[in-house]
Amino acid sequence: MSVLELANISKHFGAIQAVNDVSFSLEAGEVVGLMGDNGAGKSTLVKMIAGNFRPSHGTIHLEGKELVMHKPADARQNGIEIVHQDLALCNNLTAAANVYLGRELRRGIGPFRILDYAAMYKRAGQLFAELKSETRPRDLVKQMSGGQRQAVAIARTMLSQAKIVLMDEPTAAISVRQVAEVLNLIRHLRDQGIAVVLISHRMPDVFDVADRVIVMRRGRKVADKKIASSSPEEVTGLITGAIEQVA
Amino acid sequence: MAVTLDQTIAQKQHTFLSRLFANQTFWVVIAVILACLFLSFATDSFATSKNLFNITRNVTFVAIVALGMTFVIITGGIDLSVGSVLCLCSMVLAVTMHAGYSIEIGILATIVTALAIGAFNGVLIAYLGFPPFVVTLGMLSVARSLAMVASNNTVVFQFGPDHQKLLALGGGAWVFGIANPVLYMIVLALITGFILRWTKFGRHIFAIGGNEHAATLTGVPVKQIKVAVYMISALSAGLAGIIQTGWLGAVTTNLGTGMELQVIAATVIGGANLAGGVGTALGAIVGAALIEVIRNSLGLLGINAFWQGTFIGGAIILAVLFDRIRNFRRSD
Repeated sequence: MSVLELANISKHFGAIQAVNDVSFSLEAGEVVGLMGDNGAGKSTLVKMIAGNFRPSHGTIHLEGKELVMHKPADARQNGIEIVHQDLALCNNLTAAANVYLGRELRRGIGPFRILDYAAMYKRAGQLFAELKSETRPRDLVKQMSGGQRQAVAIARTMLSQAKIVLMDEPTAAISVRQVAEVLNLIRHLRDQGIAVVLISHRMPDVFDVADRVIVMRRGRKVADKKIASSSPEEVTGLITGAIEQVA
Repeated sequence: MAVTLDQTIAQKQHTFLSRLFANQTFWVVIAVILACLFLSFATDSFATSKNLFNITRNVTFVAIVALGMTFVIITGGIDLSVGSVLCLCSMVLAVTMHAGYSIEIGILATIVTALAIGAFNGVLIAYLGFPPFVVTLGMLSVARSLAMVASNNTVVFQFGPDHQKLLALGGGAWVFGIANPVLYMIVLALITGFILRWTKFGRHIFAIGGNEHAATLTGVPVKQIKVAVYMISALSAGLAGIIQTGWLGAVTTNLGTGMELQVIAATVIGGANLAGGVGTALGAIVGAALIEVIRNSLGLLGINAFWQGTFIGGAIILAVLFDRIRNFRRSD
């Protein structure tokens, strides 16, 4: 059974048809590259999965059950996590504080509950170890490299039992070495059975880490195929419209 | 022996001492202590119990308001209305008690006034997107004008049946001869420090100051927290107003004029960053203490009082200068 199943999803804003009749499914432990030019509808599609927008038409099923979301918190509750393009990190806080931002661990009774620093440091450290990232939970995010910052943002998605992680351009603005680090982080998520949607403009990254590529153009899905049976040239053609559509 | 990943992750990068030396508040504490030592030797009158009693008590009013201001400044906001709010709150207390109501009713009315003003500021800033500077600048004018309306611009010095209770509250020294205002300040500082370090609310305040957008995306209730910090700031001004009324024994409509600048100076000297994300309760107190020690020492050393502003202004710039130098080194 698919983790996530989108059936005939459309979204229009007034007269503008941002996403038009898109269907696809995600399997557990699969990395899917979502590609397309600016304005192709990638972001709108992802925002519907993340609970920011409600689809105008079509349904979303999570593990076979229909999912209706009203706000981003609903998505999180259902095991859908997002790594935002700007990572949404607070530079003045520690790595552990950022990982737990908005869902801090506390100990104590009733209204007298204080932050559980020890538990948060410990768990954050375990997550960084799982991600094979040299990130210290007590360090301020301000002092971290791009790859470490990605690790903090990704560790956030592993706090709860995430089923799906949506990553928005995670490799857009970092160095070559750090890109390799981030792609490794994605593989670690996949190995834990999490379905990853990688939104990217960078062809090499998608072909390096993804199992499948979905190409969007003008709100429509124009391709959905195994990486092994596609090529960067074909995908480029699909993105620009030189190739109309493939099965 | 190879260093494993787990060891790297478990490593603490900063020792206690390195963190202490990198801390602006620590250096301000040192400055206050050195100044006090110097004055004890240089003058006969500094280290007398009467003078110390005076200093500690004078520090408290600015310090208490600075504690509230610290919350606002950590979120990246500013509250310019605190001086006027202090005046209005003192006046509400004075007028209520003068009209024959008990001290409890007077204090209740004062606190309700403070919270209402804070909520007004906060809602405009958080929900309607007003710049904090503008809203609180407007409130600076409004609150002082309301204080004049409430008292018809007269001095109130009779506080009805509970007159003596009020004076004892602000002017007494119930424990070990320490002035009551100082005790209130210590208690409020401990509460502030606790909230900032150990509560989810405190953590979220720092997050908002660090990256408001990120805080929103991660589910921090940004708007509610912003309203709360302006309410805390106004409340601290209200409490300082109550205590100051009891201490002075009279309320005029120019009480707290220009106080907002002293309060902001105290928090900044103590290490808070006006850009948001940084600030401590201890910093607010030692910042206020440094300002008061400078002021007191100029008097004792026989330096013309006109120089006060220069020295206090110099202290503000110097404190921030150290912070800049550290940041330059880091960015190089």
